[in-house]
Parts: sequence; C-alpha cells; structure tokens
Amino acid sequence: MINVVIPSQLRSYTDGAVRVEAAGATIDAVLDALDARYPGIKFRVIDEQGAIRPHMRLFANGALARRIDLALADGDEVFIAGALSGG
Amino acid sequence: MADGIRLLIGTRKGAWIYRSDGARKSWDVTGPIMLGHIINHVVCDPRDGKTLMMAAKTGHLGPTIFRSNDDGATWKEAEKPPAFLKSDEPNARAVSHTFWVEPGHASEPGVWWAGASPPGLFRSADGGATWENVAGFNEHPKYWDWCPPDGGTPDGALLNQIQIDPRDKAHMYIATSTGGVFESRDYAASWAPLNQNVEASFFPDPYPDYGQDAHYIAVHPAMPDRLYQQNHCGIYRLDRPGDRWERIGNNMPKEIGDIDFTIIAHPREPDTAWVFPMDGTEVWPRTSPGGKPAVYRTRDAGASWERQDRGFPPAQAWFTVKRQAFCADAGTPLGLYLGATNGEVWMSDDEGVHWRCIAAHLPEIYSVVAAPA
Repeated sequence: MINVVIPSQLRSYTDGAVRVEAAGATIDAVLDALDARYPGIKFRVIDEQGAIRPHMRLFANGALARRIDLALADGDEVFIAGALSGG
Repeated sequence: MADGIRLLIGTRKGAWIYRSDGARKSWDVTGPIMLGHIINHVVCDPRDGKTLMMAAKTGHLGPTIFRSNDDGATWKEAEKPPAFLKSDEPNARAVSHTFWVEPGHASEPGVWWAGASPPGLFRSADGGATWENVAGFNEHPKYWDWCPPDGGTPDGALLNQIQIDPRDKAHMYIATSTGGVFESRDYAASWAPLNQNVEASFFPDPYPDYGQDAHYIAVHPAMPDRLYQQNHCGIYRLDRPGDRWERIGNNMPKEIGDIDFTIIAHPREPDTAWVFPMDGTEVWPRTSPGGKPAVYRTRDAGASWERQDRGFPPAQAWFTVKRQAFCADAGTPLGLYLGATNGEVWMSDDEGVHWRCIAAHLPEIYSVVAAPA
C-alpha cells in the first residue's frame, strides 16, 4: 500500500483524514484509487489532460514528482501539497 | 409588490444568500457558503424554483460544480465536472474555471449548460451531476481562430455567457471574450459569429467577423428577437431577424461613454434597459467614471439614456460591477441589484430611481442573481 498525505484543501474529501492508504503501482494509479474512494479528489489535483495543476505539488518519498506515471513501491509515501499562495 | 426574493451572491471567497419578503426592505443573510472558494456564479433553476447550481474554483485546486436541492443548506459536488476532451495536441485545453451556468430550456428539466475558461461549452442532462464536452463549439474547425490561445481577460479567456431563446431550445447564443457573440440554431451542434457592426478597436480592422469581446448579452425574455449587448467597445442592440448590431451607446453622454461589463433588460418592457458605466479611457481603470457611481437607463431601446444616481456616494467611490453582478427581480416596480468589487450590494426597489446599500464588507463580488424565495 502507498501512504498518502492529504493537504488541508482536500480533507473535505477524506472526512478530515490527513493520512490515508491507497493501492497503486504509479502515482496516477494511487490517485485513481483515491478517487474511487473519495469521488472528485483527483480532478482537483490533476487536470483532464493528465497534468498536475499549476501550484499543486506531488512528492514521492520526499522528492518532487513532475509526472504522475512515476513508479511506486509498496510502503512508499505520496505527499500532496497545495501551494499557499494568493491573497 | 414582489414575492419574496433571494439574492444568490458569488464572491472571490465564498457565496452568500440574502433573503427578503416582498417588501424588499429588510434582508436576512445566510453564509458564508464554501468560504474560501472562488464562486463565479450561483443560479437558481427557474424550472423547479429550488435547485441551486454553483460554479466553484478553489485556490489552486481544479474547478468544479456544486449543486444544492435544499436552498443552499447542503451541497453536492458534480461527479464529473466540465472538462475538455483528452488530447495529445500541444495546445490541449484544461478547464481553469467554470464562469457561467445556465439552466436549460423550460422544456428540458435537468438540462444545464456551462461556459468556461479557456472558452468551452459544456452540457449536463442530469441536473448538473455529470457534464459533457459540447463538440459543436469546443471542436469546431474555427475554434482556434475564434478562441486563440493567447487571447483573454486578466482572468483568462472566457466563454462568459449562454442564452437560450425561450421559444426554441435549439436556438442559442453564447458570448466570448475572444470571438464575440456566436449563434446556434441546431442545439449547439454548429455555430456562426454574430458580430456585424460591433467594434473591436484593438484590431487593425476594427469591425472583424469575430474577435470582439462580448461582455454581456441580454435576450429579452418578453421579446426574444431583441438582444442587448454590452461589449468591450460599447453598448449595442440587435433586432432579429437582422444581424447588424446598432451601437446605442453612441447616445450615452460623451463624458461617461458606453463602456461597462453588463446590461440588464427590463423583463416586461423591451425598450427599457440599464447599464452601470465604468471608465474605459486611456489605461482602462474600469471604475465608476469620476468616482461617481450611477446607472443609466434607457426607455426607448437606446435612443436616449438618463442618469440614475440617487443614493450612491456622490464622489470618491471607485468600485466596479462585473459581468454577472447586476440583475433584476420580477417585482412591480422592478427591483435592481448590483454587487460591487468592494463587497457592497446595492439595490433599488423603484426601477433605479433610488439606491441603497444592503450589504457591505463581503469579498469582491463576482455575481448577483435574483430568484424567487
């Protein structure tokens, strides 16, 4: 299983959970698994072309992930971050 | 006397609902709803009088649609929000935000339309739960001419409005910020520009077939062959079956000009409409001209205009009223409502003669829609 850290902006989907588990061999697959459990959550992070939305960041085991086809292994961590910019 | 009124207010940081009885003298507020979300439009379904549809974007999160069937007490997210088709082209589009939601024709309960940035048209046939790409516009062979990728407003290029002929569900108009007005007579399967004689002063040819920035169009509900348009470059009227717009803004006072974001038609009087002018000189401040807010009313289809400013600050007031933030109710006399960029809501219960502020300190207001309570 992959450990996923949910940012505050998306916790309305996870009933407030900060850490959730999901299965998947890539970030994309993990997000699909999350979306099956929490409908709508993926589209808030990934657009319809499969691109990570501007100012959203995904980290795999602490390293910035620029693509969602990045391979993951059991026990890995995906950290979703929403940049706190704006006003 | 009007029936009870709800004002559905979308702002840069959430939505609010103001309610009043038919007297329209005092207002109760519900909100904030979705605090912190960017709410471009909140609309009540006139076909059932209760369903609310809300276009939302949230900081850097993707855009979505929320809907409520209990007068805004609870909201449910669309299962499939508006999205373009998947594409491998380098200019593949992704919806940045939904800007406008429009209930479908009265004969089609459950049908809704949405306009987005970048310009995109979407349709739902299940009350807003799932939304489909409308290929007739989004995949039109001329799409990239009508909606060039480098065009747009500071908030992005927009398909900012959808209007449906109340006599014919297949007859539709859309307004865009990059191509002007387009018309479909086949239920959005095909589209053609409708911009004859509308100025686009920012092009070498100031009267192109398309390329105009149509801020707002009003299809008159009682006389659907009459359209009013507030364009980036002026105020226009079109009487169908004609296809040549007349610049009725030329009849505005020269010191005020005819630049504005929106135009509101009187629902019972086809010759009556209101605008809220803004400063479109030099660097386009888009504030009330001279810092003196006022609406202007025509009662002769644009042949003449009269200033209505009683109650507004007499000086040093610099707010702007955006595209969806000016509306009318159905009362007698007609009530008018406008939401300002400074977070104030102003109303008139006598067709614009007197104005008063009924709400202040809200976030920047993007939309105000009146609906029966």
